[in-house]
Amino acid sequence: MKRFLFSAAFFVTLLLIWEWAFRARLWSPVLLPAPEQVGNYLKSAAEDGTLWHATIITMRRLLIGYFVGMIGGLPLGLLTARWNLFRDTIGTMALGLQTLPSVCWVPLALLWFGQSEAAMLFVVVMGTLWSVVIATDTGVRNVPPIFRRAALTMGSKGLHMWLKVILPAALPFVVSGMKQGWAFAWRSLMAAEIFVTILTGFGLGQLLHYGRELSAMDQVIGIIVVIVVIGLLADKIFFSPIERFLHRRWGTSQA
Amino acid sequence: MHHTVARSSATEELEVIAPSKLSIDEVSKSFQSATGNVLALDRVSLQVAEAEFVCLVGASGCGKSTLLNIIAGLEKPDSGRVLADGKPVAGPGRERLVMFQEPALFPWLDVLGNVLFGLKLKANLTNKDRRDVAKYYLELVGLTRFEHANIHELSGGMKQRVALARALAPNPRVLLMDEPFAALDALTREQLYGDIQRIWKSRRKTIVFVTHNVREAACLGDRVLLFSPHPGRIREEFVVDLPRPRDINSVDLASYATRIMRSLKGLTHDSEEIGE
Ligand SMILES: Nc1ncnc2c1ncn2[C@@H]1O[C@H](COP(=O)(O)OP(=O)(O)O)[C@@H](O)[C@H]1O
Ligand SMILES: [Mg+2]
Repeated sequence: MKRFLFSAAFFVTLLLIWEWAFRARLWSPVLLPAPEQVGNYLKSAAEDGTLWHATIITMRRLLIGYFVGMIGGLPLGLLTARWNLFRDTIGTMALGLQTLPSVCWVPLALLWFGQSEAAMLFVVVMGTLWSVVIATDTGVRNVPPIFRRAALTMGSKGLHMWLKVILPAALPFVVSGMKQGWAFAWRSLMAAEIFVTILTGFGLGQLLHYGRELSAMDQVIGIIVVIVVIGLLADKIFFSPIERFLHRRWGTSQA
Repeated sequence: MHHTVARSSATEELEVIAPSKLSIDEVSKSFQSATGNVLALDRVSLQVAEAEFVCLVGASGCGKSTLLNIIAGLEKPDSGRVLADGKPVAGPGRERLVMFQEPALFPWLDVLGNVLFGLKLKANLTNKDRRDVAKYYLELVGLTRFEHANIHELSGGMKQRVALARALAPNPRVLLMDEPFAALDALTREQLYGDIQRIWKSRRKTIVFVTHNVREAACLGDRVLLFSPHPGRIREEFVVDLPRPRDINSVDLASYATRIMRSLKGLTHDSEEIGE
C-alpha cells in the first residue's frame, strides 16, 4: 500500500510538472499541449473507437508474430544446443541476426511482402525468433550435468528428459530470452507501423504517424502514453508472475 | 605390487551359494586431464551379492566415484565389464539408482515434486499410489512438514534427506550411494544410519556405499573394501561380523574401525611413496 502511494505520488508529480511547464509557456503549446488536451484526445479517440481499433490491430500483429517466433525459436534453440551441426549453422546465423536491430528488417519486409500483414508478421517474427533461439541455446548449455545424470538414473530419457528436465532447468534463461524477444518485437512493429501505412489495418504506429503529419501533438503524446502503458501491462500481467515464480523456486534475488 | 586381498572363507561360500547381483570384472578407466593421463581404475574386480551392503573406502581421488558411475551405467569403462543380474550394463536405469555427493535436486520442483520424479516414470502406479509412496518416504526422512518447500529453502542436511527419499521412492533393487552423508551434521547422520540399515534389511536392497569415513563404513557394511589411489585399485577387504542394527558409537565397531584405519593409512602412505 505504501509503495502504491509513493508510486501514485510520483506520477501525479510528473503530471503537475508537465502542467506547470505548459502554463509557464516553456515551449509553444503546439509542441507541448496540456495534459488535459492529451486526455481529451484519448477520451474522444476511445469514444469514436479509433483507439480500440488501432490497439487491437497492433496487438494482433504483435501476438501472432510473437507466438510464431516462440514456437519456432524454442525448438531451434534446443536443436542448436543438442547438435553441433545446428549450432554451427543456425546458431551462428542466429547470433549474427540477433545483433541486427530489428528495425532493419522493415525495408526488406516491405520489398518482399509489400504493404501487407505478411510484412508486419515478418518483422515481428524476426525480432522475436533469434533472441529466443539464443536464450534457449544458452539456457540448455548451462544446465548442470548433474541434473541430467540424476534424471538418467531415475529412468528419464529422450523426450521426457527434454521436457521434464532440460527445458525446466533452462527456464530462467528461456524466460529472459522471451522478454528480450518481446521488447524487440514491440519496437520493430512500432517502427514498421510508423514507416508505412499498411492497407490492411491502422495500428497504433499509424496513429502516431498521422499525429505527426497533422501536427496534432495531443495525439502524438496520447498514443505514446498508450504504447507505454501496453508495454507496462505486458510486463505486469505476463512476465512479472513468471519471474516471481522463478525467483521463488530458484531462490534467486528478489526484492 | 601384489593384491593383498584378505578374503574370509565365509564370503567365498556366500558367493558360491548366491549368484552376484553385481559383477564387476577387470574394469579399467582412465581420464585425460591437463596434467596428463590419470588411471582412475586399474583392473578392478568386485562381486556384490543380492541384499549385500558393501562399503568402498579410500582417500579422495582414488576412483570410488568413477567406479560407482560405471556401475550405474553413467560412464563406460575403457575395458572390463559390469554385469547386473547377469546382464551387461548398457546404460543408466532406475533399477540402479544413484545418490550423488551433491543432492542434485531439481530446483524447478518442490520437495514433493522431487520425490515424485522417479515415481512418475513408473507406469504401473496410479497417481494416488505415487503420492502415498512419496509421502511415506518423506515421513521416513522426517520431512513431511516440508513437502511443499522450495529446494533452496532447505539446509544442506535436509536436501540430502530429500535426495535419499527421492532415491528410495522408486524402490530400486540396487542403491549406489556416493558419500551421501558427508555434508550432514552428526546427529542427522546417526539417525540416517539407523534408517538406512532398516530400509536395507526390510526391503532387501543391494547397496554399494562410498565413503571416506571409516567408522561409517564399519557401521554400515557387510564388507568394507579399501581403495588405493594412482592407480585406483581395491587393495584390501574386511568383513564386518557385527550384529545389526549397529550403533556407530559401539566399542566393537570402534575396534573394527581402528583396524581398517590402520590399513588405510598404510595404503595411502605406500602409494605416496610409490607415487614419488
Ligand atoms: N571427468 C573426469 N575428467 C578427468 N579426470 C577425472 C574425471 N573424473 C575423475 N577424474 C580423475 O580420476 C580420479 C578418480 O576420481 P574419482 O573417482 O572422483 O575419485 P574419488 O571419488 O575416489 O574421490 C581422480 O584423479 C580424478 O581427478
Ligand atoms: Mg568421489
